Parts: sequence; structure tokens; C-alpha cells
Amino acid sequence: MAAIELRNIVKVFSDKRRGRDLLTLDNINLDIEVNDFVCLLGPSGCGKSTLLNIIAGFEQATSGRTLVDGKQVERPGSDRGVVFQQPTLMPWLTAIDNIAFHLKLKGVAKTERHHRAMEFIDLVGLRGFEHHHPSEMSGGMNQRVGIARALLMNPSVILMDEPFAALDAQTKLEMQEELVAIWQKRRCTIVFVTHSVDEALVLGNKIVVMTRRPGRIREAVNFDLPRPRDITSPEFNDAKRHILALIREESTRLAQAS
Amino acid sequence: MTSVTDVSTAGPAFRLTRAFQGLERLIVPALLIAGWEAFARSGMLPPALLPAPSAVLHALGDWVFGFDETTQTYSGHWLRDALASALRVFGGFALASALGILAGVAIGWSRLFEKTLEPTLQMLRPIPPVSWIPLAIIWFGIADKPAIFLVFLGAFFPVLMNSIHGVKTVDHNLVRAGAMMGANGRQMLTDIVLPAALPSIFAGLRIAVGSAWMLTVTAEMVAVKSGLGYVLWDSYYFLRYDIVLAAMISIGLLGYLSDLGLKAIMARTLRWQQTTTVQGRAG
Repeated sequence: MAAIELRNIVKVFSDKRRGRDLLTLDNINLDIEVNDFVCLLGPSGCGKSTLLNIIAGFEQATSGRTLVDGKQVERPGSDRGVVFQQPTLMPWLTAIDNIAFHLKLKGVAKTERHHRAMEFIDLVGLRGFEHHHPSEMSGGMNQRVGIARALLMNPSVILMDEPFAALDAQTKLEMQEELVAIWQKRRCTIVFVTHSVDEALVLGNKIVVMTRRPGRIREAVNFDLPRPRDITSPEFNDAKRHILALIREESTRLAQAS
Repeated sequence: MTSVTDVSTAGPAFRLTRAFQGLERLIVPALLIAGWEAFARSGMLPPALLPAPSAVLHALGDWVFGFDETTQTYSGHWLRDALASALRVFGGFALASALGILAGVAIGWSRLFEKTLEPTLQMLRPIPPVSWIPLAIIWFGIADKPAIFLVFLGAFFPVLMNSIHGVKTVDHNLVRAGAMMGANGRQMLTDIVLPAALPSIFAGLRIAVGSAWMLTVTAEMVAVKSGLGYVLWDSYYFLRYDIVLAAMISIGLLGYLSDLGLKAIMARTLRWQQTTTVQGRAG
């Protein structure tokens, strides 16, 4: 059984002010296997974040079925950990309390919460910062808290919506390496939304290339280059060339259509 | 090698600048008071109508400590008068805070309360609290109650408006994050929306405490026979402008102190916010 099954997903946004409907996702079918690291790659406005929000349960598909672990998705829940584009931490809580927030909601006692959260503080390399508030930490550190918070729930899947887009190039590289290390260590299923071809190729073992509005799946590319990946190797560049060709083909088609 | 900052922080010139910086905020008040004193002593106006700052201070001193009965029946009764006003402020403010936060959060959070409760409250809001005085007197008589009622009216709406605003402007993504971590409806309110709205609620409380003092004094002028406002109005009838001014100073001072107290509570509660505010960075 696949970790996530998307069947004929269609999403139409109704633009009430202009009195017309906008087809955002057009018949998406996708199976994501357990322990896959899937990158949803596409230009902005292609509906990749909408697709992620549908899996998260934040938005409802206009039609189609979304199954996570064989169960229909109806609302957000702790079986799907979400890492947002902005860290979206509770600003009044310290790093450790943000990470353990799920346990607090479940009524776990404070010492037990902190004890269990420390494992994740260590995992994302934030020891020494556990009692800092989000306003006292950098964007990268806050995003680490966001990742740790999602991991602590031990979800079946982790959904990440361009989590490194707001970080500087250096921090982004570090975070990508750490994310791969965490994924290898903990064996989890990750769906990662990005608009960067390089980021998708560094992270994913399956890259789903989406087309511009309406969002469709152009091709799902399996990419099993061993890790750590050398971004200058011929294999990496072959895959990059292939994906760039898919994207270019798409823009040419659009240019001719208009 | 000595850097530029070393010179400027250690040299005598710097110490002089530091000393001056401490004093610079006193320059304008000192000039104003000196000018006022000189003008009052010049005899251009009868001293009864414009008492000099020294006379006001004298009246205030006697009102507080009762050393020479300049203030006649009020001599030495300042604490009693101030306490009477402060209790009314506290009573009305506490009631307004409790009900204002409760109603504000309910209206901000639930469509049902927004539709049923808000129009009525918004219709009552533009009515000046002072215009309730005639009704307050027939309902509650001449005592503490009409004053507390007026304070409540003046303090309630700022708390209400800011609570509604605070809840309505909670970051949508925080609510999503809460849902993702499995928060139920009640937890969403108590663990996410309420803490996120606190900065705005506190802003409302600070405005409210100011209104509370204004309305206590107003109520005491007409509907009560004690407190700082009563002393102020009573002294006006006897043309004791020194006591009028002493009462004004007392009210300003107590209002300022209540705000300081509230600010201290706010700083403790919103400690997480301090590093992000301009004030926190400067200090």
C-alpha cells in the first residue's frame, strides 16, 4: 500500500470578484511509496502548494480522493506533519515548547514533554537553544524547530512547503544536507514542494514535474543517484538536463498557445 | 590600537555628555515651572486665580501630610481621597476587563456571537459614557456604584475593540499549525488564539486604564461625595485653585502609576515579545 494515494484530484478556485472559476489542479494521479522522498517541482502558480495543502487537509479537493495510509483525508491531523514556508512557530513558546506542543495538546506532563523533545533538539542540532524564543533565533534555526516539531509527532508523512525558500544560500545547503541525513536516519516519507530544479535533485529520489496552470503532472522522474550527491557529476547533470528539457518544452508549448 | 568607541566611552567628555543626557529631559518642565512661578508672582493675575507652583506644592503637601491646614477640611486626608478614587477605578476596570475580554474573544472567534452580540455593542459604543450620568444616578443613587458603572462604560469598549481585533488578526498559519498538531476547538482558543491575541488585548487594557481615571473623576464631580474628583470640584466652588491644581496633579500621578503597573505586568506576560519590539532593542 502506498503512503499517499492521489486519485483524480481536481481543484477549482472560484474567483468571486471576477465571477469566474480557476482550474488549479487538473486530474492529478500520484502514488507515493513509504519512505519515498518526493519533490513536487513546478513554477510558481502551478498548484503544487495547493496539492500539498490538500494532502495536509487544509484545503478540500473539488473532486477526487486523497488517501494517506489508506485512509481518506478529511481534515488536518497529526498523522501528517507539515513544515511551512515560514517557520510558523508559536512566538510565545520557547524552542523546546514549540517542538513539544503536540504533546502538550495531548495532555502529556511537562517533564515528560521536555524529556521527549530533547531527542529532537539534538536531532536538528539546537542543543543550547532549547529555551530561546523564536524572536531570539535566526530563520534557519526557527525552521529547524519547525522540522523537529513535525518529526516529534512521528507522522506517517512529512509535508514540506518550500521550507528553505526564505533562507540564504549557505544555510539552505546546510539544511538540505541535514534533511537528507534525518530522512536516512529515521526512514520517513517526505513530500517536498520546491520551484528549484537543483534543490529537487539534491533531495528527492522521485521528482514530480508539474506543468503551469492548470497544474498537471508532466512526468514523475525516479532519481536514485547515491548520496551524498555530487552536484557536478555527469549523472546529476544528465538528470538536470532531462528535467530542464521538460520545463522548457512546457514553456515553448505555452508560448505557442498564446 | 585604540578604537574610536574606546575613546568616546571612557573619556571625561563622554561622562559629561552622559550627565547632560540625564538632565536634558528636565529642561522643558523646569523652564515651564520657572516661567509659571515668575508669571504668578508678577501679580498680573490675582494669586487666587493662578496659584504659583510653590503654592500648589504647599497645598498638596498639606493635603497629604496635614502640617498647617492650608487645605482646611482636606488637610491630611489625601490618602483617603486617593484610595476612594483608586478603588472605583479598580472596580470598574476589573469588571470592564473581564467582560470586555470575554465578549471580545467570543465576537472575534465565533460568527454566531459576531452576528448576535456585536451590532448592539457597537451601537452603544458611540454614546459618551458621561451621558449615562443621569440614568446612573437614578439607578444607583449617589455612592460608589454610579462611579463604578461609568468607569466600566469607559473602560469596557477599548478592551472589547482590541480583544476583537487581536483575535481576528491571529496569523492564519498558526491556526493551521495548531490543527496540524491535533488541537481541538477549545485548545485552539486557549493555547493558540488567546496567547496570540494577548499583545492586542494588553494595548486595550492600557487605553482602558486611562479612560477609567478620566471617568472616575467625572463621576466624582457629579455623582459621588468623595474622592479626588470631588475634592477638585468642591475646591472650585471655594475658588481654591491651588487645591484644584493639586488634585489634577494627584490624578495625573496616579493614572501614570496605574499605567506603569500595567506595563510591568505586560512586560512579564509578553516577555517573548520584548526582543522584537523597538523598545526592547533600545534598552
